[in-house]
Amino acid sequence: MTPLLQVSNIAKFYGHRIGCTDVSFDLYPGEVMGIVGESGSGKSTLLNCLAGHLTPDTGAVRFDTRTDGLRDTVTMSEPERRMLSRTDWAFVHQHARDGLRMNVSAGGNVGERLMAVGARHYGDIRATATDWLGRVEISEDRIDDRPTAFSGGMQQRLQIARNLVTGPRLVFMDEPTGGLDVSVQARLLDLLRGLVREMNLSAIIVTHDLAVVRLLADRLMVMKDGHVVETGLTDQVLDDPQHGYTQLLVSSVLQV
Amino acid sequence: MISVENVSKSFTLHNQGAAVIPVMRGASLQVARGECVALVGASGAGKSTLMRMIYGNYLAAAGRIMIGDVDVAVAQPRDILQLRRYTLGYVSQFLRVVPRVPTVAVVAEPLLATGTPRDAALARAEVLLDRLNIPQRLWSLSPTTFSGGEQQRVNIARGFAYDYPALLLDEPTASLDGTNREVVMSMIEQAKARGAAIIGIFHDEAARARVCDREIDVTGFTPKAAA
Amino acid sequence: MTDYNFAYLDEQTKRMIRRAILKGLAIPGYQVPFASREMPMPYGWGTGGVQVSAAVLTPDDVFKVIDQGADDTTNAVSIRRFFQKTAGVAVTEATTEASVIQTRHRIPEEALREDQIIVYQVPIPEPLRFLEPSEVETRKMHSLEEYGLMHVKLYEDISQHGAIATSYAYPVKVEGRYVMDPSPIPKFDNPKLEMAGIQLFGAGREQRIYALPPYTKVVSLDFDDFPFEATKADHACDLCGADDSYLDELIVDDAGGRMFMCSDTDYCGKRRKDGHVGAQGVPYQEDAA
Repeated sequence: MTPLLQVSNIAKFYGHRIGCTDVSFDLYPGEVMGIVGESGSGKSTLLNCLAGHLTPDTGAVRFDTRTDGLRDTVTMSEPERRMLSRTDWAFVHQHARDGLRMNVSAGGNVGERLMAVGARHYGDIRATATDWLGRVEISEDRIDDRPTAFSGGMQQRLQIARNLVTGPRLVFMDEPTGGLDVSVQARLLDLLRGLVREMNLSAIIVTHDLAVVRLLADRLMVMKDGHVVETGLTDQVLDDPQHGYTQLLVSSVLQV
Repeated sequence: MISVENVSKSFTLHNQGAAVIPVMRGASLQVARGECVALVGASGAGKSTLMRMIYGNYLAAAGRIMIGDVDVAVAQPRDILQLRRYTLGYVSQFLRVVPRVPTVAVVAEPLLATGTPRDAALARAEVLLDRLNIPQRLWSLSPTTFSGGEQQRVNIARGFAYDYPALLLDEPTASLDGTNREVVMSMIEQAKARGAAIIGIFHDEAARARVCDREIDVTGFTPKAAA
Repeated sequence: MTDYNFAYLDEQTKRMIRRAILKGLAIPGYQVPFASREMPMPYGWGTGGVQVSAAVLTPDDVFKVIDQGADDTTNAVSIRRFFQKTAGVAVTEATTEASVIQTRHRIPEEALREDQIIVYQVPIPEPLRFLEPSEVETRKMHSLEEYGLMHVKLYEDISQHGAIATSYAYPVKVEGRYVMDPSPIPKFDNPKLEMAGIQLFGAGREQRIYALPPYTKVVSLDFDDFPFEATKADHACDLCGADDSYLDELIVDDAGGRMFMCSDTDYCGKRRKDGHVGAQGVPYQEDAA
């Protein structure tokens, strides 16, 4: 089986400071990988390098494109990369307002990616948008409301619908449950799990919430000061952490 | 089916003066298809640790842990995930689920993960829940609010939803009443009959005597307090 | 002649603007940045159009200015006088006689010829602006032909109004490449954008010039199930009886009385001169004003 994403030797420096360095891994179809670490550990820098928002200083991010097989997205042309990011890739931001058009209705937000790839039939676009709102548990009668009228959890679900409507194969998520109420988080996690399984999505989830990765991620990568200190099966890393930093991280979680 | 060869394990506590605690040395055992083996030994002897290593939850320091043709001790995460999905089931003592997910979906999940159609998976889940005497009115609720015994039965139903060729059972009958204990016993017997290789931890001696073909005392794998 | 340089602007500036115009003509629909000058009138009064007109006018030109179709509104009159004074060019109100027409918000009803230039005053040249506030991002979208967002605007229209309610500044795609804002002309005028004349667009405050060479293909954006329609008031001109021209609605009393008349005053006047009379019109008289 070909990996969907093949990351080799990614490094990003901010002047002399290390953003992230020496990161390599393969991600296979249907696999969900969590990246954990504290603020400033380089996990968001890494995610942005992988998703094409930042250009890494070294390394390659090879993606298994539908037409040409593995292609390095770092060196591919910008139009190609942007095309990927609105078809085969999705990016879920921590703050829904960064990933949504707040002055456009929910239906327009979901329909945008369809129209971006050439959909020109209003009725079809609207039907697809309605279907997706349903899948993320947003009532059909909210389709013409703007996201400003939505709760935080609804905004986040709308962002997910907007991202998944074109049937992407790889989803990048930056703290997808950050800033949400615990009860809303649970609902979102369940939704994401279901979508990942039904659509056979691969996902890379950056978070500092170990409970989130335990429920969502198959594999875990622990970062500290821009370096990957430990990788492995999620429950193994959390239950039998090998590196001192991971042990500290796991033992620092407050129990309820 | 399951073959553990000369496995050892120690914990290094980096944040407590890098203390190294050896917990297992030279662990070896074999379980054939259709066989049920009980792990015995005093509390703290390493029964759960060994079981967790076999499941890939704990990392083995040395040795081989073969499940079919996969060596869990050195396998890549995705190989272990594949193994857990199709080959190796595990009934733990604790139920860990996403809050608010209905019980019936929790039980059906292993089936959905193997590509079973949703209707068939849910139907199978309902049969199991019914057999384990979980009242139907609870099926649509999240098991997080259930009693200990109910949670355990949900966990068992989940572990038996898919017909795994190998099964690990950690205290499956611990907090069950007579009736449900009997149900679980017969489920284990059925699993054996279809050829599953089973490793179990049972504090309940009667249960152990009834379903287990052999006992392995893990005390023999415990390193002598050297440090 | 006056103490001003011909057409107010200095020759260097006019050359700079002409280069922008030529580039615009070479890449139809592409917004060319230019160093817009301070003009002796406020932004919003057509400073972009005036600079473009200044750059294309020659002493032999005949100049016409229309504002919302009319030659006699304040804006039109003052711009016409401006060039009369600074360039000494001949002026006219007749579409057919003009060689350069500066316009705000309309295209004349009579088809333009190959020897005519029409200059549009543009307030906001960026069609994507209201949905994407970042200039960096909109430029990138143009360069990569990412125009999905433009349809989002039309989608929003239909979802809110049941039809595409955008009635002016209706976005078009030029030669299958650039999406362009045709300036705030009514969408009734959109089909006329495919014409024999040269079309130049100037945005003074936003410092952009763009252009359509003669016979450029210009397609109004739409959906398969909501096709573009060039709409106008469902009425005939009350003065000249024309049923094919764009109409202004005029409230004539405080009892709800109203009349419709051609927004293109030259067109309407010419028709009346030719003997056409509308429902509320009176026959044309030579000295009537």
